[in-house]
Amino acid sequence: MKLRRACLLLTLLFTSGCDGVQNALNPAGPQAGRIAGLSWFMLITMSAIYIIVVGALLFALYRSRRREPNLEVHDHQLARVVVVAVGATATFLVALFVLDLMTNRALNALERDDVFTIELTGRQWWWDIAYGDTTSGVYFRTANELHIPVGRTIRLRLASSDVIHSFWVPNLHGKRDLFPDHPSEIFLRADTAGVYRGQCAEFCGQQHANMALLVVAQEQAEFRSWFAQQQQPAAVPTDSLLLAGQRVFEQASCALCHTIRGTTARGTVAPDLTHFASRRELGAGVARNTKGHLGGWVLNPHALKPHVYMPATPLGPEQLEALLAYLESLR
Amino acid sequence: MSTEHETVTTVPAPAVTAEELAELDRTWRSRRGLWAFLTTVDHKTIGRRYVLTALFFFGLAGINAALIRLQLIQPENPRFGPESFSQLFTIHGLTMMFLFAVPIMTGLGIYFVPLMIGTRNVAFPRLNALGYWVYAAGGIMLWVSYAVGAGPDTGWFSYVPLALSNFAPGKNVDVYAQMVTFTEISALITAVELIVTAFKQRAPGMSLNRIPLFVWSQIVTGFMILFAMSTIATATTLMLAMDRLVSTRFFDSGAGGDSLLWQHLFWFFGHPEVYIIFLPATGMVSTMLPAFTRRPVFGYPAVVLSIIAIAFVSFGLWVHHMFATTVPEVGASFFTAASMLIAIPNGVQIFCWIATIWSGRPRFHTPMLFIIGFIILFVMGGLTGVMIASVPFDLQVHDTYFIVAHFHYVLVGGSVFPLFGALYYWFPKMTGRMLSERLGKVNFWLFFIGVNVTFFPMHILGFLGMPRRVYTYPADIGWTGLNILSSAGAALIALSVLVFIINAAITLSGPRNAPADPWEADTLEWMLPSPPAPYAFARIPVVEGRSALWDRTDDAPEVVGLRTDEREILTTTAISARPDHKTIQPGPAISPFLAACSITLLLITLLFTPKAVLIAAPFLLISFALWGWPSKPQGRRLEEKS
Repeated sequence: MKLRRACLLLTLLFTSGCDGVQNALNPAGPQAGRIAGLSWFMLITMSAIYIIVVGALLFALYRSRRREPNLEVHDHQLARVVVVAVGATATFLVALFVLDLMTNRALNALERDDVFTIELTGRQWWWDIAYGDTTSGVYFRTANELHIPVGRTIRLRLASSDVIHSFWVPNLHGKRDLFPDHPSEIFLRADTAGVYRGQCAEFCGQQHANMALLVVAQEQAEFRSWFAQQQQPAAVPTDSLLLAGQRVFEQASCALCHTIRGTTARGTVAPDLTHFASRRELGAGVARNTKGHLGGWVLNPHALKPHVYMPATPLGPEQLEALLAYLESLR
Repeated sequence: MSTEHETVTTVPAPAVTAEELAELDRTWRSRRGLWAFLTTVDHKTIGRRYVLTALFFFGLAGINAALIRLQLIQPENPRFGPESFSQLFTIHGLTMMFLFAVPIMTGLGIYFVPLMIGTRNVAFPRLNALGYWVYAAGGIMLWVSYAVGAGPDTGWFSYVPLALSNFAPGKNVDVYAQMVTFTEISALITAVELIVTAFKQRAPGMSLNRIPLFVWSQIVTGFMILFAMSTIATATTLMLAMDRLVSTRFFDSGAGGDSLLWQHLFWFFGHPEVYIIFLPATGMVSTMLPAFTRRPVFGYPAVVLSIIAIAFVSFGLWVHHMFATTVPEVGASFFTAASMLIAIPNGVQIFCWIATIWSGRPRFHTPMLFIIGFIILFVMGGLTGVMIASVPFDLQVHDTYFIVAHFHYVLVGGSVFPLFGALYYWFPKMTGRMLSERLGKVNFWLFFIGVNVTFFPMHILGFLGMPRRVYTYPADIGWTGLNILSSAGAALIALSVLVFIINAAITLSGPRNAPADPWEADTLEWMLPSPPAPYAFARIPVVEGRSALWDRTDDAPEVVGLRTDEREILTTTAISARPDHKTIQPGPAISPFLAACSITLLLITLLFTPKAVLIAAPFLLISFALWGWPSKPQGRRLEEKS
C-alpha cells in the first residue's frame, strides 16, 4: 500500500511537475516523445536489473549468514553463474545500443521539405531571435520568446555572440550547444500548441540561472497573424504621453543598445523591443512583463538580475511614467 | 611454485637479534622536531600526511556542498548571490576532485603499497616528499585565493571562451589553471612512485599473479594518471594559462584557435579522472572483502583484467560529455558503444564480489557495511551511467540534476564509501587504535540514508528540467519540494561525517592497543605491528601464495643480507619478483621541501607575470642542485663519527 502510494507520487512528480512546461517526460513533439519513450524503457529495464543485482547481493548476505552446510557452492559453479551474468549484461547492452541508434535515427527523421528556419543567437544572458532572411526582405528580430507554427519542421540555426550556451526546451527536444565559433543547428517540431519553457543549459557566467526562453507553439493561422504583426514597425504614437515616452527612449541611453523599428533607436547589442509589450516575460525570464516589474527593471535592472549588462537608467517620475506607457504600447 | 623460490637466497636464518632491530630502527627512524618534519622521506609519514590533508579538504569541500544545498533549499533565495554561488560549486568540484579524491586514493597507496608488497619505502623517497609538499601548496593557494575573493568561478571544467581573459578578466581562472598544475605535478610524482615501487620492490615470490588487488588497482591508476594528467597539464598549464598570460591564441577562434579543443582536452583527462578515483576504491573493496567473507576474492584474474580493461576503455569515452556539441552522429555512436562497453568489466567486478560474498561467511563489521553500501549505491550510479551513454537520452539530461545525481552515486557511492570502509579497516594499522564499531555503524547508516535522500531526488529534478549550476530558480516551476528533500539529506551526510570525526577524536585520545591483525586479513601489512616500525619489515618475507598471510607456512623463508646500517632495500624482477639487486635509498633531506618552495614561487608569480620564470629560476636551480649534490651514505657517516 505504502509502496503503491510512493509509486503514484513518483509518477505524479515525473509527469506533472508544475503543469509540466519544462519537463522532459511531458513531450509536445515527436522528438521529445521518442526520447521520453526511450527514457521510460530504460528506467523500467534498469530498475529491474537493479532489483536483480541488489537482490542477489542481499540474498548472498542472507544465505551465507545462515551457514547451512548443504548450501556449499564451489567456485566452478559460481564461475558458471558469473559467466552467464556477464553474457546477459553484454546481450542487454547490445540490444540497448541498437535501440539507441534507432531512436537517434528517428530524432533526425523529421520532414525536411518544408522547413521553417529561425536564427537563434545566445548572448549573455538572453536569446536573440531572428525570423525571415535579408534576401526576401522579410526580416525581423525579437528576443526570449520563440514563436513556432505547430506541425511544421523548424530549423533553428544556432550561434553565440560571446560564450557557449545551450538551447534546451525539454518538452520539445534535447540540447544543442550554441558556439561562438561553430555554427550548429537543431531540427524540431511541436505537435501540441502551448507555451513551453526552456533555459540555457551550459554554464555561461553569473546569470546562467536567469537565461530562460519561452517557446510559443501556435496553430498555423495564429502563427501567421503573429508573424505578420511582428513584421510591422512599431506604431507611431499619437497620444502625447506616448510621444513623450518615445522621446525619452530615443534620448536616454536606451536607444544605444535597443532597436525599435520605426524610430531612431537602432542599437543591436540588446533585445529588439519593437513589439516588446506582446512578450510575456522580461529579462529572459526574471519577471513577468508587467508595468511594475518593467519600471523596476528600467531604474535598476541589477536588483532583478545582477551583472546584467544593461545599465541602470535614472529617470524622473514623469519621464519614467511616459517611458513605461510607451513601452507598454508596443504590442 | 617451488622452482620460483629456488633462486631466492632463503637459508633458514637465525632469528632477528635485538641489536639488529635497534640498528634498523636507528637507520630508518625519522627524528622529532621541525627539521625532521620538513625533511622526512618515510612513505608512512608522507602517506599519512596525504590522507590527513585530503580529509581536511574533504571537510572544506563538504562545507561548500552544505552551503550549495542551503542556497537551493528555497526558490529565489537571496542568501548567496551569483558570484558566491559560482565560486561555491567551482571550489567544491575542484577541491573534491583534485585536493581530496585523487590525493587520498594515491596517498593510501603511498602508505600501503610498500607494506602490502613487503618493502621498506617507495622507490624514490625524496621525490615522494616533493609530491606531498607541492600538493599541499596547491591546496593552500586555492583556498587562500578563495578566502580573499579570487576563487575560481567558471566551474571545475572552465570551458573557454568563458574562462578566457575577455570574459573572466580577474585572477580567478589563473588560480584555477595554476592549482591544477600543482596537483598534476603531485599526481604524476605519485604515479611514478606507485608504478616503480610495485613493479620493482615486491617481496620475493610475489609474482604478477599474486599482487594484492589493491596494489593492482594502484598500478593501473598510476598508468592512467601518467596519460590523463599529462593531457590536462598541456591544456591548463601550457594552453589556458598562456592564452591568459601571454596571449597565445590556442582557444581564441578569432585568431584561428578553437573553443572545442579545450573540451576535447579537458574530457580526455576528465573522464579517466573519474576512474582514477574509482579504481583504487575497487581495489580497497577487493582487499577488504576477503577479511570479512573469510575467503579470497572470487575470480582474481577476472578482477585484474577488468581493472586493466576499465583503464583502457576509460580513455575512449570522453566525447560522451560532448554529445550536445557539434560532434557528428556516427562519431558519437562510437562513444556510446564504448560508454556501454565499460559496463562489462565493471559488471564483472560486481559479480565477482557478489560471488565472493555468496560463497563466503560474511562478518558485519563497519568496513563490510561500507562495502555493501558501496555495491548498492554504485550499481545505481552505474546503471544511470549506461543510460546517459545513449545520445538521445543524454541530450535531455545532460547538464541537469540527473547528471549530478548520477555522478554523486558513482563518486560518493563508488569511491567515498569504500574509502570510509578502508579508513575503518586501516585505522588500527595507521594509528595503533581501533575505531569504535558502534559509532562506525551510526556513521554508516547516517551516511547511507543521507546519500540516498540527497541524491535520489536529483534524478527527478533532472527530468523536471532543472539545469546544473543555477544559483536560483523560479518559485512556480515545481522544484522546491525535491530540493528541500535533497538539502535535508545533505544534513544527514554532514551529521555522519561529524560522527566520524568524533569517533576518530575519541579513539585517538585512547590507548594504543590495536593488535597486529585485528581483522584476520590476508595481506602483508597485517603481519606488522600496529603501527608498523619505521623499517616496516625486520626481514623481508618471501611470499608463498596469492593470500600472502593465509598461505604463509610456519617455516616460511625470509630474505637475509640486507644492510641494517643503511637504508638498503631489495629490488626484484618485474614479472616473477625474483631478487634482482640491492639499492641504498637516500635518507631525510631538506631539498624536496626547498624544491617545492621554488616550484610554488614559480607557479604563484606566474599568476601575475611571465617574468616569473626568471624570478624563480635561481631558486629552482639552487634547490635542485642541492637535491643532486652527492652526499655520503648514512652508514659511512655513522662509522666516521664513531
